Amino acid sequence: MSILITPETKVLVQGITGDFGGRHAKLSLDYGSGIVAGVTPGKGGQIFEYSTYRVPIFNTVAEAKAATGATVSAIFVPPPFAADAILECVDADLDLAVAITEGIPVRDMVRVKRAMLGRRTRLLGPNCPGIVTPGPGAGSKGGCRIGIAPGYIHRRGHVGVVSRSGTLTYEAVFQLTEKNIGQTTCVGIGGDPVNGTSHLDVIKLFNADPETHGIILIGEIGGNAEVEAARWIKAHCTKPVAGFIAGATAPAGRRMGHAGAIVGGAEDTAAAKIAVFRECGIEVAVTPSDMADALLRAAKAKGVTLS
Amino acid sequence: MNIHEYQAKALFEKYGVPVPKGAAAKSTAEFDTALGALPEGPTMVKSQIHAGGRGKGTFTDGFKGGVKYCKTKADAKLLAGRMLNNTLVTIQTGPAGRKVQTVYFTVASEIKKEYYLAILLDRASSRPVIVASTEGGVEIEKVAHETPEKIVKIFVDPAYGLADFQIRQIIFSLGLAGAEAKNATKLIRNLYNFYWETDASMVEVNPLITTPTGEVLALDAKVSFEDNALFRHPDIVALRDLNEEDPKEIEASRSSLSYIALDGNIACLVNGAGLAMATMDIIKHCGGEPANFLDVGGGASKDQVVAAFNIILGDPHVKGILVNIFGGIMDCNVIAAGIVEAVKVVGLKLPLVVRLEGNNAVMGRQTLADSGLTIVSGTSMADAAQKIVKLVG
Repeated sequence: MSILITPETKVLVQGITGDFGGRHAKLSLDYGSGIVAGVTPGKGGQIFEYSTYRVPIFNTVAEAKAATGATVSAIFVPPPFAADAILECVDADLDLAVAITEGIPVRDMVRVKRAMLGRRTRLLGPNCPGIVTPGPGAGSKGGCRIGIAPGYIHRRGHVGVVSRSGTLTYEAVFQLTEKNIGQTTCVGIGGDPVNGTSHLDVIKLFNADPETHGIILIGEIGGNAEVEAARWIKAHCTKPVAGFIAGATAPAGRRMGHAGAIVGGAEDTAAAKIAVFRECGIEVAVTPSDMADALLRAAKAKGVTLS
Repeated sequence: MNIHEYQAKALFEKYGVPVPKGAAAKSTAEFDTALGALPEGPTMVKSQIHAGGRGKGTFTDGFKGGVKYCKTKADAKLLAGRMLNNTLVTIQTGPAGRKVQTVYFTVASEIKKEYYLAILLDRASSRPVIVASTEGGVEIEKVAHETPEKIVKIFVDPAYGLADFQIRQIIFSLGLAGAEAKNATKLIRNLYNFYWETDASMVEVNPLITTPTGEVLALDAKVSFEDNALFRHPDIVALRDLNEEDPKEIEASRSSLSYIALDGNIACLVNGAGLAMATMDIIKHCGGEPANFLDVGGGASKDQVVAAFNIILGDPHVKGILVNIFGGIMDCNVIAAGIVEAVKVVGLKLPLVVRLEGNNAVMGRQTLADSGLTIVSGTSMADAAQKIVKLVG
């Protein structure tokens, strides 16, 4: 099993008629993902055509869900309209909304997050690369790819990866695949200060997933989400975990690309987070080149086989 | 985006947050007009720069204090002359300091007691938090560390907004009563409206003061706005002061690059914010010092790489460049061709190490090798970092 999505998951794409959304919908179709619908207000009734695929477009998420049985949405809607797009998924009771959009105002996300309380839908992102459950085929095809991650770097297997950063996730996945260590699911939770799913939420899912034998946790400076996850891991997680924190050299008070990557106090520096990782039994990758090796060390120490 | 104190106070007044009467001047010629707007009597002169610690700062000509109390307006005019166009160094400016291009005159209010008040995002709860303390006028970090019980935090439910009972909680915890309580209630309500409606990322009033006549005033104002929300606030964008920003960072934002200058001599050019931070870290880990953070984003077109090289080379401290690209979807060969062209366009003379990984990386590395340029190839991030550190020496 994987977490959150499987190769059978039915996915709709909000913003499929835009350049960005359309391009990645095609790549996801190539990968084997079940893209069953597109949603663009005003373009309902049109068809998104690619290769032999004919994906119907609907005006609303509710219509798309009713007609196709889609349970997950990939959101490629521009920032001023993205909060509304997420709320539309919540209203339609989807299982998961994956918001790829970068640059959604924090105030919008504060309101969205409050509106999601007690609702069925889980939000991944925003400002995230999405989620990949690798498949059994060549280049891990036959899996489910939602978002913008390169599918071919994955390999089906038993390691879970969770990260705030897109390219660092790819780096970790690439290292694993090079060593013939496959992944159950790779999750990008996004680089914004207010996001839907935290490191801890994903760690809990990986811990409960019998197919996942080990976990790579990638974090950054700013906030305390990694620390929260680490403390839970110490208390509850039986699986080997490797961790990396980016931003050791970032000066305080400067935003490092991601809106959430900013050192505000003594506790959200890289050094502080790494110290907590060590204290919680997480094997720390000393450099980003060391992420897969760190997990191998952690697995060896616990006598766990990763492949 | 940050704004100056005088701009923040003008916005405060618009939202009904009382401040001492004040007027700004950008040249000595404007001093008389500005001071003419104020009553005769004790006057403050305040250097306007985007950095804290102004009062304890020192100008590069030895003049001490970027914020001064003066008994008369005539004295204020004299001291303003010392500050304007002078360079102020504070704990937040770095040794180079900042040139003072605006001075702000305000009535020197009589202070009964100083408080602290701020509104910002609490990441853990994803809600706005109001932070208040009876310990105003000092560093709040120090108060939080030494006497955390003197800080009160009120979390605002965005579904309802700031509730009256929450304002009362703040008022009582600050020990305010009578006219002070009434005035502070109105001020907190209006300050929260300002924070929320303008998409501010932080509003800090330190100190907030009471006066002997029961007034409650924001004596200082530090405000920053969230960049992602500026599209809906053209009036706030108009307050941007480019003099306070690194020209290289401004140029970078024009090319959709995210660039931050640092103190080292190894420049880096990376795709993705997380990978860019990690690249800086690994340079340091290998014994070098990163000269910058530079994220070219998901793509890395030739034009972007040229623009990035130009920005990097605008920093005279740079002695070598590390390019780290993980081409997930993008064709690494296209990126390699872009790098080769960019090197030729800018006539790069410094050592360059390129680490290309991902889609079609083998062809990309070949293109770099065949270019006839002295581009060193790195096989992994660690290998690339070691090589550039060695080359820079």
